[in-house]
Amino acid sequence: MQVLVALSGGVDSSVAAALLVEAGHEVVGATMRLWGGSQTSGCCSVRDVVDARRVADELGIVHHVFDFSDGFEEHVVGPYAAAHAAGRTPNPCVECNRHLKFDRLLGRAGRLGFDALATGHHARLERAGGVPRLRRGADGAKDQSYVLAVLGRRELERVLLPVGTLTKAEVRARARALGLRTAEKAESQEVCFLSPAGSAHDRAGFLAGRIGLHAGAVVDRTGAVVGSVAAVELVTVGQRRGLGPVAGGCGEATRRRYALAVDVAARQVVVGEATELLVDEVVLERRTWTDVARPDGSPVLVQASAHGVARRGVLVPGGVRLEAPGRAVAPGQLVALYEGDEVVGSGIAAGSPGGR
Amino acid sequence: MRDNQGWDQGRDQGRRGEVAVAYLDHAASTPVRPEVLEAMLPCLRDGHANPSGVHRLARAARRCLDEARESIAADLGCAPGEVVLTSGGTESDNLAVRGVHARSGGSLVVSAVEHHAVLRPAEELGALVAPVDGAGAIDLAALEALLDPAVRLVSVMLVNSEVGVVEPVDRVVGMVRALAPAAVVHTDAVQAPLWLDVAAATAGCDLVSVTAHKLGGPRGIGALVVREGAREAMAPLFGGGSQEWGLRPGTENVAGAVGMAVALRAATRDRDAVVARVGALRDRLADGLVALGALEPPGRRAARVVGNAHVRFPGVEAEELLLLLDREGVAASAGSACASGAHEPSHVLTAMGWSPAAAREAVRFTLGWTTTAGDVERLLAVLPGLVERLGGVRGAVAPA
Repeated sequence: MQVLVALSGGVDSSVAAALLVEAGHEVVGATMRLWGGSQTSGCCSVRDVVDARRVADELGIVHHVFDFSDGFEEHVVGPYAAAHAAGRTPNPCVECNRHLKFDRLLGRAGRLGFDALATGHHARLERAGGVPRLRRGADGAKDQSYVLAVLGRRELERVLLPVGTLTKAEVRARARALGLRTAEKAESQEVCFLSPAGSAHDRAGFLAGRIGLHAGAVVDRTGAVVGSVAAVELVTVGQRRGLGPVAGGCGEATRRRYALAVDVAARQVVVGEATELLVDEVVLERRTWTDVARPDGSPVLVQASAHGVARRGVLVPGGVRLEAPGRAVAPGQLVALYEGDEVVGSGIAAGSPGGR
Repeated sequence: MRDNQGWDQGRDQGRRGEVAVAYLDHAASTPVRPEVLEAMLPCLRDGHANPSGVHRLARAARRCLDEARESIAADLGCAPGEVVLTSGGTESDNLAVRGVHARSGGSLVVSAVEHHAVLRPAEELGALVAPVDGAGAIDLAALEALLDPAVRLVSVMLVNSEVGVVEPVDRVVGMVRALAPAAVVHTDAVQAPLWLDVAAATAGCDLVSVTAHKLGGPRGIGALVVREGAREAMAPLFGGGSQEWGLRPGTENVAGAVGMAVALRAATRDRDAVVARVGALRDRLADGLVALGALEPPGRRAARVVGNAHVRFPGVEAEELLLLLDREGVAASAGSACASGAHEPSHVLTAMGWSPAAAREAVRFTLGWTTTAGDVERLLAVLPGLVERLGGVRGAVAPA
C-alpha cells in the first residue's frame, strides 16, 4: 500500500512511519507547515520540520513539506480567536484535525495517489467487517480518540493509526531501538501556536493582539459585583481559578466559586457554587457520526475534554441527557460520544454567552 | 556525514530507471561548469595560503585572487577596484541596502518584486515600496512619485527571479538622477548574467549584485559592484579586517573567486549562443504548457528572459504538481521556499495582483545552460496525465 504519513517531528509520528516501513508499505512523509514564518518553537517550527526530515532520511523515505498556513488561519486560528471573543471555548486541535489533517492533507494524499494517510495519534482503528471503528488508544493516559471524534466513515476508511495499539512507553522504546532522533523528544504543548505562559505570545498576549482583552466584573446570580477579572475573554464556563478574591467572611471564603456564564459583550462573568453548574442535558451542535447516526435513546458515554471523565448519558433530540446531573460543558467545547471504548460521534456544546 | 549519502540517495531517487532528472530549476541554482571545477580544484588543493600574507604561497594566492577579480570586473563592466567579493547574492543585497543606509541614512525606495534579500532589510529600514504592473514591471509613474531629494537608496532588480521580467533599470536610473540626485542606485542582477549583457544593462547603476551559483559557478561566492563614488556612501556590514576595500572583512574565498571568474567568463562568452538555443527550448516549452491549459503571466513573453517559463494550471495546487513531477524525475519550483521547505505564495505574484489562491497554482520552470530538448519533451510528456489526475484545467478559470 502507498501511505502518506503525517510527520510532525515528534516521536509518535516517527514511530508510526517506522512501523509502516517495517510492514512493507511504500511510505512517504509529509509535514504540514501551518503557522509562522521561521519560528523555532511550537508546532511546525523549523526545528520540528528538520526533525521530521531527518527521521524520514533515517527511515529511507521521501519527505515533503506542505504549506497549509492559509487553511490553518481560516479554520483554526481565526475561529480560536473568534470563540474567545464570543466567550466560547475553542477546540483548536479538533478543528485542525477536522479541516487540515483529515480534510486538506487527506484530500491531497488521495490526489497524489496514496491509498491511506497515517498519523501518530494514540487511538485504535479496527476494520473487522469492513467498517472502520475508532477506539481509544491502548495507553489510557495518552488516548487521543477525543480529538479524532469529529471524523466520519469517509475519512476513517482512508486513515491508519499505527501507534494506537502501543503505549507511549512502547512507542519510545521502539524509537530508541530504531535509533530515531525523536525517541526522547518532549511532548508537544497544548495549543501549538501559542507560546508557553508568561511569554509575549502566550494565550493572553496572543489574544490581546488579535481581539483585544477586556476587564470585566465578576457578579453573582443576583447581579451583585463580587470581584473582577482582567480579561473576560479568557474565562471558561466551569473555571474556578482566577475569578478574583472571594468576598465575605471566613466562612464564605472556603466556598469555591465557579464561572457559570461568560458574557463578553456585557464584560461580565457570572459565578456561583459548584451545584449551580450541574445540568441534566447537554445540547449539541454540529453533530457528527463515525459511522451511521445512533438513534435517540441510545446509551452513550459523554466526554467533554481530551482527558476528561466519560459520563453516562442517553441520546435525546438535539443532544444528550446525562444519567446523573453533571458539570455543565462550556459552550463551544467538543463533546465526544462513546459506546464502551468506541467513538461513535461528536458535537459541539451549545449555549449562548450570558446564560443557559 | 556518511560519504555524501544524502546526495547519492537524492540522485538515485532522481534517476528512477537510469533516467537523469530533467532539471528545470536553474533559476534556483544552475550546475557548475566543468571548467569551473577544474579551475577551482588546484586552489582548493594547494591554495591554502592567506592572500594577506607576505610569503610566496600568499603571493600566489593573492595573484589568483587579483586575476579573478580583474576577470570578473571586465565581464561586469567595472574596474577591479569596484568589485567587492561577498558570500553571494543575499549578502550583496544586504550590503547594498544596509550598507548605504548605515552610512547615508535618508529614505529608501525599492520595488515590490525584489528578492527578499533586498525587500526584507529595506522594509526593516522603513523603505517605500514602488508597485509593479500586472506583468511585473515597475510602475515608473508610481516610482517617480516616491522620489525626492531625501532618498539615499533606490533598488530595482534587473531580472525578476520568479517571472523573469526584465525591469527598465536604465529608465529608473535616469529618473533617480533627476529627482533624487543624492541617491545611490542598486540593482540585483543575480538572475541576469546568463541571459543579458550585465555590463551594458547596469552601466548606469552604482551598485550591482551578482552571485556565482546562478551562472555556472560555485555557491558561497558573489560580488557587489560598488562604483567609484558610491564607496563613500557605504559602511561595511561587519568589522574585523580591511579586505575588499574595507567593505567586506574576512579572509578571501580565493577558490570561489576563481570559480566565479571562470563561470562568468564562460557565461559571457557563450551568452548569445545559449540565449538562441535555450530561447527556442523555452518557447517550445511555454507553447506546450499553454496547449495543456496553462496560463502564462500577463505581458509579452519577450519581456521575460529566455530561461523562464512561468505558468499556472488553474485548479492545480503547485505543491501537488511539483511533488508528482518530482516522482517523474522532473525538478521545478514554485513561489519562494521558506525555512521549513514549504512553498509560500509568492510576494512577486501578489504584487502583480494575483490572489493568494492563484499564486498557489504558479509553477516556475527555469532553463539553463545544460537544458536539452529532452528535458523539455520529458516534462511535456508527463504533464497531461498529472494535471488531469490533480483535477485541473477543466473549465476556463479566470485569471485572478
